[in-house]
Amino acid sequence: MKELKLMKGNEALAEAVIRAGCDAYFGYPITPQSEVLEYLSKEAHARTGMVVLQAESEIASINMVYGAAGTGKKVMTSSSSPGISLMQEGISYIACAELPCLIVNVVRAGPGLGTIQPAQSDYFQAVKGGGHGDYKLIVLAPATIQEMVDHVKLGFELAFKWRNPIMILTDGALGQMMEKVELFPQIPRSFEIFEWATTGKRKERERSIITSLHIQPEKMEEINIHLQNKYRAIEKEEIRYEMRDCEDADIILVAFGLTARICRKAAELAKEKGIKVGIFRPITLFPYPYEVLNKLAGNTKMFLTVEMNAGQMLEDVKLAINGKADVEFLGRMGGIIPTPEEILLKLEEINQGVLQNE
Amino acid sequence: MNERRMLGSDQELLDEHYEKVIAEESVCISDNLVYGKPETLTSTPMHYCPGCGHGVAHRLIAEVIDEMGIQEKTIGVAPVGCAVFAYNYFDIDMSEAAHGRASAVATGIKRVLPDRYVFSYQGDGDLAAIGTGETIHTCNRGENILIVFINNGIYGMTGGQMAPTSLVGMKTTTSPFGRDTHEMGYPLKITELIAQLPGVYYCSRVAVNTPVHVRKAKKAIYNGFKYQELNKGLSFVEIVTNCPSNWKMTPVESNKWLEENMIPFYPLGDLKVPKKEN
Ligand SMILES: Cc1ncc(C[n+]2csc(CCOP(=O)(O)OP(=O)(O)O)c2C)c(N)n1
Ligand code: SF4
Ligand SMILES: [Mg+2]
Repeated sequence: MKELKLMKGNEALAEAVIRAGCDAYFGYPITPQSEVLEYLSKEAHARTGMVVLQAESEIASINMVYGAAGTGKKVMTSSSSPGISLMQEGISYIACAELPCLIVNVVRAGPGLGTIQPAQSDYFQAVKGGGHGDYKLIVLAPATIQEMVDHVKLGFELAFKWRNPIMILTDGALGQMMEKVELFPQIPRSFEIFEWATTGKRKERERSIITSLHIQPEKMEEINIHLQNKYRAIEKEEIRYEMRDCEDADIILVAFGLTARICRKAAELAKEKGIKVGIFRPITLFPYPYEVLNKLAGNTKMFLTVEMNAGQMLEDVKLAINGKADVEFLGRMGGIIPTPEEILLKLEEINQGVLQNE
Repeated sequence: MNERRMLGSDQELLDEHYEKVIAEESVCISDNLVYGKPETLTSTPMHYCPGCGHGVAHRLIAEVIDEMGIQEKTIGVAPVGCAVFAYNYFDIDMSEAAHGRASAVATGIKRVLPDRYVFSYQGDGDLAAIGTGETIHTCNRGENILIVFINNGIYGMTGGQMAPTSLVGMKTTTSPFGRDTHEMGYPLKITELIAQLPGVYYCSRVAVNTPVHVRKAKKAIYNGFKYQELNKGLSFVEIVTNCPSNWKMTPVESNKWLEENMIPFYPLGDLKVPKKEN
């Protein structure tokens, strides 16, 4: 039987964490995601026995994740932008040591202490590295609370499939708003013991060492090549996206997460004005759906990227389209959410330009 | 936390056990005059400088793990510092933490594997400068782990810069005219701080510069593991050591300097032992 509930984004995510059979959560309060830690503190231990620990900082949280993930357990943390910045050294270590874990960033606007209002301005940090060295997170960008729930389950699956840290990149609005969600049934916690994990060295195996230190450059390059090969394989297998009405669109809107939802409304308004608008929504931000987007540029000659930042994903859209079509940008910053009306205005402007050129 | 405190005569029991299990077969009896390698140490030659205390500290930990028969159940956390390669020498599962974060990493491990023995091994820069926050809070939560703190009063690995524990007047590459308290503050007695925290069950300061000190150091490490087994909370063992290379001394000179300068400022002995209850 379907289990439908009206839930706040952060609480739905926390509920999904429990149901996904998570073994441990380590976190530190920060608006707009503190409900995750609060919900888990109340519910989780009694229901599944999972560990929930409020750390003294995000630096401590991510290093607790590193330690616990090294034992092969299902572990995670969540935070919002400034806290995620603090975690970057640890994330880089986790990526290099190839530990599975889930990191949730409920993004707020920056830079600096910024504001607690929603933004998408951590795209570069999530997708292009953030910490030091050549590494990649698999980055999932939910657009609904349903997807926030589903991405927790998917995130853990991908984390163990690839032994890689996964980031759910959502924002303060999705974290705080309420929506109807269908919850998946409880997955029992797994007590599987992995050979690579630090669980205590049994006589029959070599000792497990979790490290990111490879002092010989040749060895360090070998590790890097191995990681890059893994990332190429991830690019082949894990690209996820959603397309609406893109086939014969005059203009294609490209947006992820919350802004993609606003674009839907804008596209409806545009349709009433006789403009055919498609929407392309990447769901994985790494791996990014470059090729699909490039193909779309065969038919449609106008793209409009909409983001709550100064134009971060825009760079990937341009890379994907590679000069085959024009790419325009509409962005709001500082915690301002663009309205369907202002997107419509921009669409009309672009459409006019297209008509004049014809 | 209270249940942890119940057994009042733990220390006596431990003393007795230690005498039986460990002291009897120690170096003094003739069979042991041929020095063997503890099973928990690998055959990898250590990279430590000649005369460095790190090697002795490793050996003591390995001996205790052997003697307690807990090799298969022990997980160690290596620091960033000269002991960064500790995992090459201990034949146990190990995790190499970011600089200063070893006690957070150990917390993560212990919380998901509460029946394993978990210890972190950290230098003074690691534990008392960049990792002070993690150290204090791990201790204050009373994590059921052992922290081994190697205080050599200097940043060994990076070439002899001033550490939070460098003595007043001590010359290092970043205090070339001697540590000046006006500019650089005072040496941090973090162990005294730690001992104040209610989550800490056992706290001791030892050294490895003489045979007598080595024996006491081993006992402290044993206590730490044993209390962990008894689920008592956090044990903290500071080992005051040398760094002949960066102190720019021979090993013998460095041990003498340690005796005459380090130990007077960092006096050896227990700072916190379990209370006796009637
Ligand atoms: C974030 C970070 N900052 C600085 C360093 C450089 N670093 C490596 S070891 C070290 C000091 C180690 O000194 P200590 O902890 O006293 O250990 P010792 O080598 O003396 O045993 C420093 C500053 C680092 N690796 N990471
Ligand atoms: S530099 Fe100092 S602490 Fe490091 S191995 Fe050499 S003597 Fe030991
Ligand atoms: Mg040192």
